Amino acid sequence: MGFYVLRRLLQMVPVFLGTTFLIYALVWAVPGDPFEGKCGERDCPASYVSAMRDKFNLDDPLVVQYGKYLWNLVQGDFGQTSSGLLVGERIATAFPVTLRLALVALLIEAVIGITAGVVSGLRNRGFLDSLVLVSTLFLISIPVFVTGYVVQLVFGLQLGLISPTVTTPTFGNLIVPGFVLASLSMAYVARLSRASISENRRADYVRTALAKGLPTRRVVGVHMLRNSLIPVITFLGTDLGAFLGGAIVTEGIFNVPGVGGLVFRSILTKDGAMVTGVVTVLVLVYLLMTLLVDLLYAVLDPRIRYD
Amino acid sequence: MTALLEVEDLHVEFRTRDGVARVLNGVGYHVDAGETLAVLGESGSGKSVTAQTVMGILDTPPAYVMRGAVRFHGEDLLSATAERRREVRGEGIAMIFQDALSALNPVFTVGFQIEEQLRLRRGMSRSEARKRAVELLDLVRIPHARQRVREYPHQFSGGMRQRAMIAMSLALDPEVLIADEPTTALDVTVQAQIMDLLAEIQRERHMGLVLITHDLGVVAEVADRIVVMYAGRIVEQADAVSLFRSPGHPYTEALMKSLPRLDAKGTTLDTIKGLPPSLLRIPPGCPFHPRCPRAEAVCSVDVPPQERLGFGRTSACHFAEEVLNG
Amino acid sequence: MTEQISVLALDKPRGLFGDAWYTLRSRPLFWVSVSLILLMVLMALFPALFTAKDPTLAQLSLSRQPPSADAWFGYDNQGYDIYARVIYGARASIVVGVLATLGVVLVGASVGILAGFYGGWLDSVVSRIADVFVGVPFVLGAIVILTTLNAGGDAGPARIVAQVVLSIAALSWPVSMRIMRSTAIAAKQQDYVKAARALGASPRRIITKHMLPNCIAPVLVYSTIALGAFIGAEATLSYLGIGLRQPVVSWGVMINSAKDYLRVAPHALLFPAGFLTATVLAFVMLGDAVREALDPKLR
Repeated sequence: MGFYVLRRLLQMVPVFLGTTFLIYALVWAVPGDPFEGKCGERDCPASYVSAMRDKFNLDDPLVVQYGKYLWNLVQGDFGQTSSGLLVGERIATAFPVTLRLALVALLIEAVIGITAGVVSGLRNRGFLDSLVLVSTLFLISIPVFVTGYVVQLVFGLQLGLISPTVTTPTFGNLIVPGFVLASLSMAYVARLSRASISENRRADYVRTALAKGLPTRRVVGVHMLRNSLIPVITFLGTDLGAFLGGAIVTEGIFNVPGVGGLVFRSILTKDGAMVTGVVTVLVLVYLLMTLLVDLLYAVLDPRIRYD
Repeated sequence: MTALLEVEDLHVEFRTRDGVARVLNGVGYHVDAGETLAVLGESGSGKSVTAQTVMGILDTPPAYVMRGAVRFHGEDLLSATAERRREVRGEGIAMIFQDALSALNPVFTVGFQIEEQLRLRRGMSRSEARKRAVELLDLVRIPHARQRVREYPHQFSGGMRQRAMIAMSLALDPEVLIADEPTTALDVTVQAQIMDLLAEIQRERHMGLVLITHDLGVVAEVADRIVVMYAGRIVEQADAVSLFRSPGHPYTEALMKSLPRLDAKGTTLDTIKGLPPSLLRIPPGCPFHPRCPRAEAVCSVDVPPQERLGFGRTSACHFAEEVLNG
Repeated sequence: MTEQISVLALDKPRGLFGDAWYTLRSRPLFWVSVSLILLMVLMALFPALFTAKDPTLAQLSLSRQPPSADAWFGYDNQGYDIYARVIYGARASIVVGVLATLGVVLVGASVGILAGFYGGWLDSVVSRIADVFVGVPFVLGAIVILTTLNAGGDAGPARIVAQVVLSIAALSWPVSMRIMRSTAIAAKQQDYVKAARALGASPRRIITKHMLPNCIAPVLVYSTIALGAFIGAEATLSYLGIGLRQPVVSWGVMINSAKDYLRVAPHALLFPAGFLTATVLAFVMLGDAVREALDPKLR
């Protein structure tokens, strides 16, 4: 197991380097002057531009720039934005908010998705099953920003039940944005659990458990659920990683002060240092999550061994 | 005297999108304590469906029991409550399945799967149940039972898995054990060991054993009585010795001719022409007539009744006497 | 003898796709989605069939008028007729969806089948490259790519569409590549491929004649659903203001310009959003129906 983790961590290194380099190159290779508009209406003074070019090593070849950036990163220095803000500090304040939002979304997704999926999987081809199928189809088809605006319009502006923007990101205030963020994956979780349950319903081991004379609720609740939820739980794990990096739209609609909004604003203002910093963190989180999910898989399914 | 387990005139159909398949068309047999009944037939003849109807574990839909009775100690199970049926499962009638790898739950240890019945049905504590599980694994001669009880099914070899399954079925000391092709998935040498084990356990516990198989060789060694099934019907029923001496139905006859014999080396084996009928369209009259060497005009019109041939033998053939006399 | 033959013939042995078609024909969901898609395609090809109005005619005096008999869906902030724009917007949305799907499937599937068949270092390299692209969150990656591409300044409609297609394809090809790769690895173990190899068939022949027909089904299902998803992705990017934009008319562009007037003119957002959802829904339903028909386990 330890050897497997080590090998996986080593495999991550090229992927991490590749991804961050890709983003670094895209961000810093933008044609045009990266400091355009940084000094108000007038063009920036030459002394400022040269100081900035020096600060971000822009006169070096791209690979050398990236190398220097990486070297600082390894020492825990995310660098500064052109206006002198510490990138590391900004990420440290924004990241917990996004993490909180992602956890709320994950909880909503798991509870609603699994319940709907299990119920409809057990009653194949009934009214409830059709209801779940149709509503998941709609949830999958409606883009998140449409869900977000409709929820904001109906519950926030027309009914006044919620505040349309999140001022303080407490868990309670994040329930509605979390629901919007979770809506798509909730549908996937429901369908995955449904498919998994209806596949396992006909499994031989379920027949055996019945033949042993176990009560139905034990056959379903212990034997069937334990097997059916393995793919669902791993999906949820991967999804947490996706939520952390994919909350741009939701955070934008509800004005949540998280990583998504930070990176979106930074891209628009061409704040390269901030963009690369955030993406680096997100990629790292994503890679670690995939490793965790694989390990979780081995814990849940004894047939899987990593040696 | 009422039989320990009796199946009477069972009709089961499967409603599929291609139509209604008549899977069982009046199946009846019985088994007594201390007796081994072999149910012989090709795949699709309805042997397993009968067993699953007896256990009450058919999937509905697609399967529907249309008619018939399953009597355990004279009590009809088909009309019993779900709760009563559950009580009988495992404790009255237990079942083991063909493929132990898929029939055992992959994510629980073998011990857990034996112990859960003991804890739920017998109210045993964890440690008592564990002790009993080890005893049961010992009983089916799994070496190092104390360690293996903690292992998962995939860590067992094929033969050991089938032994574990037998141990599991014995946990609640059933009076009848239904073994659905228990050796089909195993190597030949292992097959013999498992059959010996089953026969021994059946003898010691004076159980009724229903052995479902398509293998005449297996039947010959252990069965007291044999029923032969074809297309959801029982075509012949006899004690093992006289059936092997002289079959009473052309289908049984053909099955036995297709078996290799030591005393007939060098001759070609007879095979049965054609395929078993589709259960969606069972031929009219005797279902075997399209493949039967003795078929005559009457066979494609009238369904043959069960002819009594004496000594408890029956045969569903218009020419049963002639077949019996060679 | 004749009896047996007729029994066999009645059982109608069908191939995988024949069998799938037989199942599909009886599914209402399939016909609903196919008709919806045909309608959308017709709208994309001949918008003039559906409306006589000009989608680029802005009448500021009619700004934010609610739906009426004259203008079924009302007018937006600029005084554009929303019905006409929704009809004309179908083209850009569908073109982006189709082109992105084509790119993703062609690149992903061919790389995937090669990686799955040859394995070894080729597989490792391709898989790591795919990991790199998967590691970037989709929306974030698309924003970065598009801001870089957009930096060139004003661009014509063709270039705008091409940029969006390119960024969607660049970030999505690993999915179809992974699907194809795992199907190909499974197919490689099958006896028919081993037999073809033993008979000395060339790799090229094995891949095109033996593996491709047997591996195409999962990618086909994915691409149907992906087509819907990409139409949604286009809308998301356009909504963020970095995907399609004026002068291109698309549902995403309409939603983007409507979002700031949500409180006063919700119809300007709801109608394009409805069309968008219906189109995505149609493709997702079609993909669902096809998958169920192709996968005997799900019946």
